[in-house]
Amino acid sequence: MSGFIKSTKEANQIVIIETDGYLNNEGGEAISAICYEKMSSGQNKFLINMAGTKVVNSIGVSILIEIIEKLQEVDGKIGYYNLAPIVSKTFNIMGLTKYSTVFESEEAAVSGL
Amino acid sequence: MKKPSVELKLPIIPNMELIATQTAEVIARHMNLNDDQSGEISMALIEACINAFEHSKSDSNVFIHFLIEEDSLVVKVIDQGVGFDKTKVEIPKIENKIGKDERKRGWGLQLIQELMDSVEFESSSDGTTVTMKKNIKH
Repeated sequence: MSGFIKSTKEANQIVIIETDGYLNNEGGEAISAICYEKMSSGQNKFLINMAGTKVVNSIGVSILIEIIEKLQEVDGKIGYYNLAPIVSKTFNIMGLTKYSTVFESEEAAVSGL
Repeated sequence: MKKPSVELKLPIIPNMELIATQTAEVIARHMNLNDDQSGEISMALIEACINAFEHSKSDSNVFIHFLIEEDSLVVKVIDQGVGFDKTKVEIPKIENKIGKDERKRGWGLQLIQELMDSVEFESSSDGTTVTMKKNIKH
């Protein structure tokens, strides 16, 4: 597991990935590696707990767009929670919130995805 | 009296933009900017640095100038690359990227313009200067 991925777990058939640190190209690729591996074994719902990620760049966030695109092919979904305000604003500007969901808490995310 | 300023010289090495954001956070605290304003400046600065690192096609350093003014913070990101034509940069839309072959990247300028109060680009074959301004709202 990379340093950026703090933990992974599953709840209600949802894969929950907890991140820690800068979401740049390497961080994005660490998330996508887990998602694609889990998708190959039939999982299609993912949540990212971004409590430990206060800084992102557009390259890392673009990799989330690639994940959204691949999930559309398998009728899957991805969501996020514990976003810093600037991360939430960046997701809005880039349009991620049109194709995926930001939740207020893990509880809301697990029940709402 | 001369306005206070801070200058950084960054080598083109991955993640060096975080040095610029740490400096921006210190300046934002000095100017009593709120967390939202500070976050927006840092995010815009990250994108401007990445553009300078990736697109300048130059091994030279990137220079960051912070100019502390009474009612605003001005940040200049200066590279010595080959320049670019802003009129040829398309405004990205996620609808045009999802499910299509179009590359998913290319959001830097859009983010900078959305997050800062004003942005100016000066570009020539000798380099590019991006001048970003955040007005202070107390």
